[in-house]
Amino acid sequence: MIASLLTSLVRLFTGARGRWPEGLFVTPRPRVYFANHTSNLDFVVLWSVLPPTVRQRTRAAAARDYWTGGPVRRWLASSVFNVVLIERKQVTRANNPIRDLGAVLEWGDSIILFPEGGRFSEPEPMPFKSGLFHLAQEHPNADLVPVWIDNLNRVLPKGELLAIPLICSVTFGTPLLRLDGETKDAFADRARAAVIALRGH
Amino acid sequence: MNLLLDREAGWFFGGVLGLLVVASLVGAVLAKTTRSEPGQAVVRNLNARIRAWWFMAAFFGAAVAAGHGASVLLFAAMSFLALREFVTLTPTRRGDHRALFWAFFIILPVHYLLVWKHWYGFFSIFIPVYACLWIPIRAAMAGETEDFLGRTARVQWAILVCIYFVSYAPALLTLQIPGYGGENAKLLLFLVCVVQMSDVLQYCWGKLLGRHKIAPRVSPSKTVEGFVGGIASAVGLGAGLWWITPFTPLQAAGMALAICLMGFSGGLVMSAIKRDRGVKDFGTLIEGHGGMLDRIDSLCFAAPLFFHLTRYFFT
Repeated sequence: MIASLLTSLVRLFTGARGRWPEGLFVTPRPRVYFANHTSNLDFVVLWSVLPPTVRQRTRAAAARDYWTGGPVRRWLASSVFNVVLIERKQVTRANNPIRDLGAVLEWGDSIILFPEGGRFSEPEPMPFKSGLFHLAQEHPNADLVPVWIDNLNRVLPKGELLAIPLICSVTFGTPLLRLDGETKDAFADRARAAVIALRGH
Repeated sequence: MNLLLDREAGWFFGGVLGLLVVASLVGAVLAKTTRSEPGQAVVRNLNARIRAWWFMAAFFGAAVAAGHGASVLLFAAMSFLALREFVTLTPTRRGDHRALFWAFFIILPVHYLLVWKHWYGFFSIFIPVYACLWIPIRAAMAGETEDFLGRTARVQWAILVCIYFVSYAPALLTLQIPGYGGENAKLLLFLVCVVQMSDVLQYCWGKLLGRHKIAPRVSPSKTVEGFVGGIASAVGLGAGLWWITPFTPLQAAGMALAICLMGFSGGLVMSAIKRDRGVKDFGTLIEGHGGMLDRIDSLCFAAPLFFHLTRYFFT
């Protein structure tokens, strides 16, 4: 209930709307939504514009070091947004993020991933890290859906505490095609280009 | 005054209701009889506009009838939405973030508080002097110098248009007009009715007879025929509404003319901004109309002049 209250509030504040190709949400397959990352509000807004039934089965990948730093954040992460905490700093075989995210997909839920590995305020996204590639390799049944989040870098830029209300939009693309034998770098470039291609739509 | 018990306000609201019913009927008939594809597109847009008018009239009528506080709150909300649309379209930089936070969450509420409190002396200078001084100070403190003058001007203009100019409409409620005590809400009805009907009539005349573009580069949809016909008929309407105002019929016509000319100019200026930014509308808030700012662009420009004319000649 708190989640739906918060998501309504975020939509009201940013006037955010989701746009997607018709029929995007009819498949029962798990999804990896991958998007550009400029603001701490990114995943909340992306999550908010999803249809409620889809949202209930979609979890964002979030940095463990940030989201366990304090009781409020920990409560938001576990009880409200139900995020998948992943390790950024000391990745070992035991806490490999790809394994934790893969378990979510196995379970049939979808995930939200920001493959740049951090927030940047450049107009274009940074080169993508390899996590998306490995996830795609290990879970061929999951759809990879590119997403462009527009204007949130102005709502809450990196390093600011207070948000200003500007109109945002979240544009979903059609799932990325799977190409056999594609290299890690070629895949990363193609995935990044698919996100950028949604800008201005 | 309780507007719900006021006989003149009753007639006015009855007239608006009648007009909306007639408009909806005409829209329904046109939807049945129009055959050509471009014609149907125009009729679909027309019907979307009429549907939206029902909601806007109901919202506005309810707020004005509920009294001073509700009216001020409604215009504050309209300013907020307009400012959000304006800033979304305006290129600002990271260094403007704090200044914009001030605009949305401090300058806007404080300004409307002054309207609510009837504090005219402070109301009239708070934004033009102090907000306009503070915006560049805050932006300079943020330390970003690129395009500084342009950014400052854009934020100042956003605040002036979306907050300051709009707020002159509810500020009408604070005027002390001899022999019109407690009836000011009807002055607000007069302003909003004339300015919006002027837009509607210009649109209708333009669609029916429009041939010669009046400002082809700025606003391709505005025509000389729409301008003349729309303003003449809106002035006639304003004169015919003299009985809800403190004016004589002739004075009401003069006021309506001033409102219409400023309203037209407002539409023109805001169109120039939209063309510059490469968009057709400021937003998608109101179906068929675009955004909040598309609907109130004329009001922004007409309200200050109407307020000052009334204040100078009638108080």
